[in-house]
Amino acid sequence: MTTSDCILETRGLEKRFGGVVAIASVDFNLKQRELRCLIGPNGAGKSTFFKMLTAQLKPTTGQILFDGVDITRAQPHQVSRLGIGIKNQVPDVFNNLTVAENVSVAAKSRDGKARAVAKGKDVMERLGLTALAGRLVGELAHGQRQWVELAMVVALEPKLILLDEPAAGMTADETNKTAELIREVNKSAAIVVVEHDMQFIKQIAQTVTVFHQGRVLIEDTMDKVQGNELVREVYLGKSEDD
Amino acid sequence: MIAHWQGNGGLVAATALGLVLLLALPQVVDPVMMIELTSYVIMAILALSLGLIWGYGGILCFGQSAFFGIGAYAYAIAVINFGDSTIPLLLSIIVPGLFAALLGYFLFYARITDVYFGVITLTVTLILYKVMGATSGSQYVIGTAAIGGYNGIPAVPPLNFPGRPDAALSFDGLFYLSGLTLLAIYVGLRLMLKSRFGQVVVAIRENERRAELLGYDARFYKLATFTIGGAIAGLAGCLFANWGMFISPDVFGLAQSAQVIIWVIVGGTGTLLGPIVGCFAIQWIATKLGAQQVLNANLVLGTILIGFVLLVPKGVVPTIGDAFRRLKFRPYVAPLVEQRRVP
Repeated sequence: MTTSDCILETRGLEKRFGGVVAIASVDFNLKQRELRCLIGPNGAGKSTFFKMLTAQLKPTTGQILFDGVDITRAQPHQVSRLGIGIKNQVPDVFNNLTVAENVSVAAKSRDGKARAVAKGKDVMERLGLTALAGRLVGELAHGQRQWVELAMVVALEPKLILLDEPAAGMTADETNKTAELIREVNKSAAIVVVEHDMQFIKQIAQTVTVFHQGRVLIEDTMDKVQGNELVREVYLGKSEDD
Repeated sequence: MIAHWQGNGGLVAATALGLVLLLALPQVVDPVMMIELTSYVIMAILALSLGLIWGYGGILCFGQSAFFGIGAYAYAIAVINFGDSTIPLLLSIIVPGLFAALLGYFLFYARITDVYFGVITLTVTLILYKVMGATSGSQYVIGTAAIGGYNGIPAVPPLNFPGRPDAALSFDGLFYLSGLTLLAIYVGLRLMLKSRFGQVVVAIRENERRAELLGYDARFYKLATFTIGGAIAGLAGCLFANWGMFISPDVFGLAQSAQVIIWVIVGGTGTLLGPIVGCFAIQWIATKLGAQQVLNANLVLGTILIGFVLLVPKGVVPTIGDAFRRLKFRPYVAPLVEQRRVP
């Protein structure tokens, strides 16, 4: 793969917390406008991986290249400005600000006032948040707060979007809408989605990467991954010694 | 919180009320009380500076009096040397501003947070107390100004009309100048908080990580807020040195540092009016308590503080604001209800 069609690459990425290895030498490649799903049991290192990609955690060793730029030692705001947007696992929003203010703070990070206001309105419209514009985000239901965070990420117009469990706590209807939104945004941005909801994964999946104990177990199409013996073992919790 | 201020109606009303009070009070209040009142106004500027840093920036600074004291000393030392007060007045803003910028740079860029930030800033002001107290020898002279250790600097020359040292500010003049300064800073901060910069500062207080993931360098915004707060506190210090025509290391003491925090707690964080109201109320009560012999003043003030923390934890102004909103708006019914159709 040449650098031009590769948006994200990690080389030997590793994160240790004391003696615990959360991520062990992960080599990960993502193409421009690719949609990738990341699955794996709890504690497989998916969220740790995301946090390193967005500089919320510093890797112990290894290298992260985004769009040809080494961001291994960058600050979170620099990574964001380069074009990575993330929705964290727990809704990560401004609880005491209104929905409109949340989206506006995000939009103003990239654009002048006039464009930011227009974009904020447009994004809220697209995500069906207009009716909630004046509400304090802290008063909203969990699913709605997820949407506010999604709106903030979309308003950044990133080149790469990382979504950590975007459908968690959503109704079936909301989950379908999320899948639709992901496909739409994917037209202009690469997306990596971490999810446990297999129905949701099936809706959107192209290539699936399976993490297990901090390593990449397998990387293939959804069908192949589902049929894989190792993956079944990992998810059923069968030990390798048996 | 920004949402509650949409439109400038509140700001215009507050400004008008401030101007009326500024013009009317000297006509109706006796001269002795005017002296007290002037010191309240000056301290309210100090309270406002902490209200910005803590209430909006989310930075708990226990040593706001450090900048106040540095401003006072910078003015006193400079004006004794220069005679004319124009440059000393500017120095009383610039020197504490630079000090805040330097201190803040090391603390914010090292990502020192919350409690540690409070401890370090408190320590800094106490170190300044010790250092300034140790300057009593005749060798501690800057130009013609003897620093004087714990005895402080007496006979600090008053402010004068720019460029005319003979046209000194009268005591009434100091009241008007302090009042106008308070009003101007209040209006300035309100406008600043409505700007993009202000929105980002509040967003960082709400969720620093999210703000950074949106592309804002939280360290820079906090440093800028802290520096502005330090400069404002320094200006209050200059006015305070004018008020007493005297300055001593007591401005760096624990009592002074604690007072400012109490004013902001009682008045309410997250508003600009709160710290001003809290400052006036507590100082007025302290003055009244000092005039009687039945109860120990500090005991009563301590009880008031504990009562506030337990019963009105948000402070006076936000609590009144909430009560008004409850009267004005009926509880909001979530739109989810509308979606629940009968099958």
